[in-house]
Amino acid sequence: MSVTRRTYRYNILWNAALIHRLSGIGLVVFLPLHFLVLGLAIESAGKLDSFLQLAQMPVVKLAEFALVFLLVVHLLGGARLLALELLPWLDGQKLLAVGAASVAALVAIIFLIRVL
Amino acid sequence: MNVRFYIWQRATAAVMLPMILVHLVVIFYAMNHQLTAADILSRTQGSIAWGLFYGLFVVLASIHASIGVSNILREWGHMKARLAEMAASALGVTLLVLGLRAVAAVVLP
Amino acid sequence: MSNASDVLQVSLWRGGAEGGFKTYEVPLRPNQTILDIVTWVQRNLDATLSYRFACRVGMCGSCAMMVNGHPRWTCRTHVAKVAQKGVVEIAPLANMPIIKDLAADMRQFFDKWVVAHGAFAGSKTRADEIELIKPAEPARVAVDAAIECINCGICYAACDTVRWNPEYLGPAALNRAWSLNNDVRDADHAGRLAAVSADGGCHNCHSHQSCQAHCPQSLNPTRSIAGLKRLSTQAYLRGDLKP
Repeated sequence: MSVTRRTYRYNILWNAALIHRLSGIGLVVFLPLHFLVLGLAIESAGKLDSFLQLAQMPVVKLAEFALVFLLVVHLLGGARLLALELLPWLDGQKLLAVGAASVAALVAIIFLIRVL
Repeated sequence: MNVRFYIWQRATAAVMLPMILVHLVVIFYAMNHQLTAADILSRTQGSIAWGLFYGLFVVLASIHASIGVSNILREWGHMKARLAEMAASALGVTLLVLGLRAVAAVVLP
Repeated sequence: MSNASDVLQVSLWRGGAEGGFKTYEVPLRPNQTILDIVTWVQRNLDATLSYRFACRVGMCGSCAMMVNGHPRWTCRTHVAKVAQKGVVEIAPLANMPIIKDLAADMRQFFDKWVVAHGAFAGSKTRADEIELIKPAEPARVAVDAAIECINCGICYAACDTVRWNPEYLGPAALNRAWSLNNDVRDADHAGRLAAVSADGGCHNCHSHQSCQAHCPQSLNPTRSIAGLKRLSTQAYLRGDLKP
């Protein structure tokens, strides 16, 4: 039996850190694939292009939408941390964290609307 | 995590911040203009500027990611510091090699 | 016990690490604190219940426990504020070994205080003049914001970085280091900064701010740790710090 519940975790900043970490892991998993696809151009532009045709599939578009979210949420969440650590203390970190996630979601949704 | 790793991770993050914004603009530009691979390659091949930009981006991302992964392996994977650092370094080198190869593929004429 | 609304269902952790929760019924009283409940159980239901307290007025920092999953100072926590539908679950402080029942082993917590050079290092003798420190000096303002820690261990129990990295010094020790490194009378600034910049030091903090959210003294260890990160970064870039 676990000694106790950890309800103190249910707060915004703990989850902001979790999202930061998970988005980082997501990007690390994605990057090698991204690089391998781009590397196809080393053989010929045609090969890259035929692979990029896959990007027309809705499932790929959804994956790209997720990637844009991961990138922007990691970017903005990281910017918040840099500001927290480097600048004089700023109250309202919860608001900033929610703002970062919201902007990331917004950018990703705009991306999705444009590609669909 | 000690001060040296910390500074490398935060410094690479700080430099990548504006670079990612540029990268996002590039993504949205390519999407808006519905660029094909040939369109993109015609812009990038032979471009020293894009080569340096994305070459630096790959180097920074590899360092940043490997330090982050090392922390995760220690905190969530309960690995010893030495083992986590070795595994994360291997990942960093993989990212670096694949990334620089991709930049070369896109930039070299 | 006749009326269900007058009775609290209280689950207390019994035993060591392999123990479990045991439920007791405790009469509800006005202005009752969590410590009152624990004491009532020990005096009326089971005298073998082990727990720790001393001052009962929020000064000594001995009585912290996990209450419904949150670390709290039990002597100043009112049942009415934390009971969930008449149910209270009380466990020993998290991130520390359990001695027995509600008493956690706080040795690691205090040992890390020492590792972080948490003791004041005087630089003067009694023959010297008293150092004049203006209250508005930035360093003194930083100290003011970080003192009044009562060593209750609540921040340490609320910190998942401590849980994930047993070497991490934790919020209280680092907050203490920050307050001492802003004390102009202290003679160990460099040694302390080296101690908190090593492997288990301030750079592990993920700024969850759970320490701040739970600190009964309303301190903000995350802010102190961010300050240490800045001091440490500056010292490293100057070449004063060799990890």
